[in-house]
Amino acid sequence: MTATAARTEHSAPQRHRHIPGEPGLWVFLLGDMIMFSVFFGFVAVLHGRHPRMFRTSQQALHPDLGLLNTLLLLTASALVARGLRQLRSGRPARTLPWALLCALGFAAVKACEYALVIRGGHTPSSNDFFMYYFVFTGIHLAHLAIGIGALTVLIVLSRRPALSRGQLLAAEGAAAYWHMVDLLWLVLFPLFYLVA
Amino acid sequence: MWVFPVLVLATLSSWLLGIEGSTSTLIGCAVVVIALIKVRLVGLHFMELRNAPAALRGAFEVYVVATGATLLTLYLVL
Repeated sequence: MTATAARTEHSAPQRHRHIPGEPGLWVFLLGDMIMFSVFFGFVAVLHGRHPRMFRTSQQALHPDLGLLNTLLLLTASALVARGLRQLRSGRPARTLPWALLCALGFAAVKACEYALVIRGGHTPSSNDFFMYYFVFTGIHLAHLAIGIGALTVLIVLSRRPALSRGQLLAAEGAAAYWHMVDLLWLVLFPLFYLVA
Repeated sequence: MWVFPVLVLATLSSWLLGIEGSTSTLIGCAVVVIALIKVRLVGLHFMELRNAPAALRGAFEVYVVATGATLLTLYLVL
């Protein structure tokens, strides 16, 4: 199938039910999201059982950096969504490199925050709060690293003059993976930083 | 697109609620509800699940409701 045909097929999702990316990918994405929901539950249980320790430990985090990272991920997601629409309509997807920059910015800010927290004397072995904080945000950071790879694939695909149907599905899958990285952080951030 | 500004406003709202440092259960639950509303917006609009087949969209909606209900129950009961 030509890129034009593939793009036409995918350019009217409002009228036709369409699975973004390969259907099998969604089994993985939903499975990953459920795994993170279990992590969210662990944090809520810790909060309920040890509220004082949770509150005291939480004060060692940096909610301003958490806010900055949330805004970076939301911006990246908006840019990726726009870039995918441009890709489908055959226009240059100029927003995608900016999305990648936001993703790299998130990693840099997270590294700074880890350094600040550790310099403050808090490590995964300090207590359950910091163990959960480092492990769950670390797993999320690993997802972000894969997301950076997905964005790179998306940028490479966007540079091609024409995309096959399979390549367009790969682009949609890469975008969906990236949005999942954003979505998971949208819950991790308030649970660790904001719910006292 | 209206989704991005709404997500930013919701983020700033929950951040302002959170940095108040209130230990109120109501504030905590409000922050969780705002987070799940944002998750739904990202899923339906950025991930394009609003145009997905009913089974996939339904699975996502169930995920959001189940995660939200579980978290709110844990915060209210424990």
